[in-house]
Amino acid sequence: MTALVLVEVENGSVRQASRSAVAAAARFGTVDAIVFGDGAEAAAALPGVTRVLSVPGLVNDLAEPAADLLAARAKDYSHIVAAASATGKNILPRLAGLLDVQPIPDVVEIKDADTFVRPIYAGNALATVRSSDSIKVLTIRGSNFDPVAAEGGSAAIETVEAPASEKSVFVKVELSASDRPELESARVVISGGKGMKDAANFKLLEPIADKLNAAIGASRAAVDSGFAPNEMQVGQTGKIVAPELYIAVGLSGAIQHLAGMKDSRVIVAINADPEAPIFKVADYGIVGDLFEVLPELEKAL
Amino acid sequence: MTMKVLVPVKRVVDYNVKVRVAADGSGVETQGVKMSMNPFDEIAVEEAVRLREKGAAKEVVAVTIGAQAAQDVLRTAMAMGADRAILVRTDETLEPRAVANVLKAIATREEAGLICMGKQAIDDDMNATGQILAAKLGWPQGTFASAVTVADGRVEVAREIDGGTEVVSLTLPAVITADLRLNEPRYASLPNIMKARKKPLETIEIDSLGVDTASRLTVVSVAEPSERKEGVKVNSAAELVEKLKTEAKVI
Repeated sequence: MTALVLVEVENGSVRQASRSAVAAAARFGTVDAIVFGDGAEAAAALPGVTRVLSVPGLVNDLAEPAADLLAARAKDYSHIVAAASATGKNILPRLAGLLDVQPIPDVVEIKDADTFVRPIYAGNALATVRSSDSIKVLTIRGSNFDPVAAEGGSAAIETVEAPASEKSVFVKVELSASDRPELESARVVISGGKGMKDAANFKLLEPIADKLNAAIGASRAAVDSGFAPNEMQVGQTGKIVAPELYIAVGLSGAIQHLAGMKDSRVIVAINADPEAPIFKVADYGIVGDLFEVLPELEKAL
Repeated sequence: MTMKVLVPVKRVVDYNVKVRVAADGSGVETQGVKMSMNPFDEIAVEEAVRLREKGAAKEVVAVTIGAQAAQDVLRTAMAMGADRAILVRTDETLEPRAVANVLKAIATREEAGLICMGKQAIDDDMNATGQILAAKLGWPQGTFASAVTVADGRVEVAREIDGGTEVVSLTLPAVITADLRLNEPRYASLPNIMKARKKPLETIEIDSLGVDTASRLTVVSVAEPSERKEGVKVNSAAELVEKLKTEAKVI
């Protein structure tokens, strides 16, 4: 069996979530990678990748031509895999629609080539499902699979022409500029909730994030209140993270937030309300005013 | 503008309910549990109604697939402003692929110009039906939408992506899936709830559509995730840092 993995390359490096997807796909047999836009060399360097299909003409990851191209190549593969990223979740279900198969999103465990575990109900239950489709289309939760290394492989690169996209046109992209690590791959994440009270106060998290080389996240309530941009949201419908250390500041711990971070190794909660549900999952809790605790924490680090 | 907007909605366990896994591991307990419209679908209904209010659409049609009880989410959609509704009746639970087959048949019958739906249902968390449907119809897709503008036979969609926001321009007809920040759905007022009772609700038996609704996934089991143990409270930031260094060894 051969799996095809949609590998995302950003600024010349393969995203960690894609390296996890390659690691997961290796369980099925040999692994080919496909890269849209530039970056085929980075994918070719991944250990375990045999061949890279490079599609330099398909920039901006438009789902329509991407799914068309994947569908045209699908018959060569038993599994088509991507990270459960915004790109993976945009393209792979469309591919599944073209192939008339049922996609299997957010896989957290592979039992065998047909059987997978995935969370449902915001992670409050884990469903084990068996697929009867001849081609399995799945997205992988990066936090549940150790990524392959970024270097060590030397796959052959084959250039593929991009199909035209007539119905969908890319207009623009606005990426938030940040020197911090990506939320999904950071070793430490510090997140603020509604208790931060306003956007300006999110700055209080920065010196701590600097000291810990942490990514900064936010609860849905904080994002909805305009304290933080949407790409910072951690939760069922935002980013799923599982860092070594997760520090939750002024966030209550709604079910949908816990769904996005409860697999973190160590969880710290700082909240004024001793009854806040976040303390139920926290290894260490401080009951107190975050505006007093944060400066103390910065000093203690 | 003569465009008709189709809004598929799903009846799910209310987002405030803490679900319990059934003792036999076949699924989660839904007996006697509060059910509501999937929150992302409420956002989709709101967006469709706003398009009609702005004059960009002529009619908003809500559709759901399910048992007779699923009518209540259609009434909610009509109380929010949908003009009429369709219940595709079945007692089976359908996968996104099968749902997309049903919705394709309805979209074709209704000659929909735009399909606006939630990006994911909070029960199976699949985030797939809109994309599958768009593929099956051969329409472009604007997923995870945070802004929608219809003009000159096209729809421009701002999309929430991992690093920020992306904007795409799609030909119509198209499928849009709504993300959280697209809008804030209105509450249905009592007069509008009363009015909604008189709006047309058509029931179609699923078999009459003649589409493939078979499941491709077999649920082997459903289990509780392992619970985290509640930890300890510490008294100061200094004590916390000490424990993170010596006990958890994480910094």
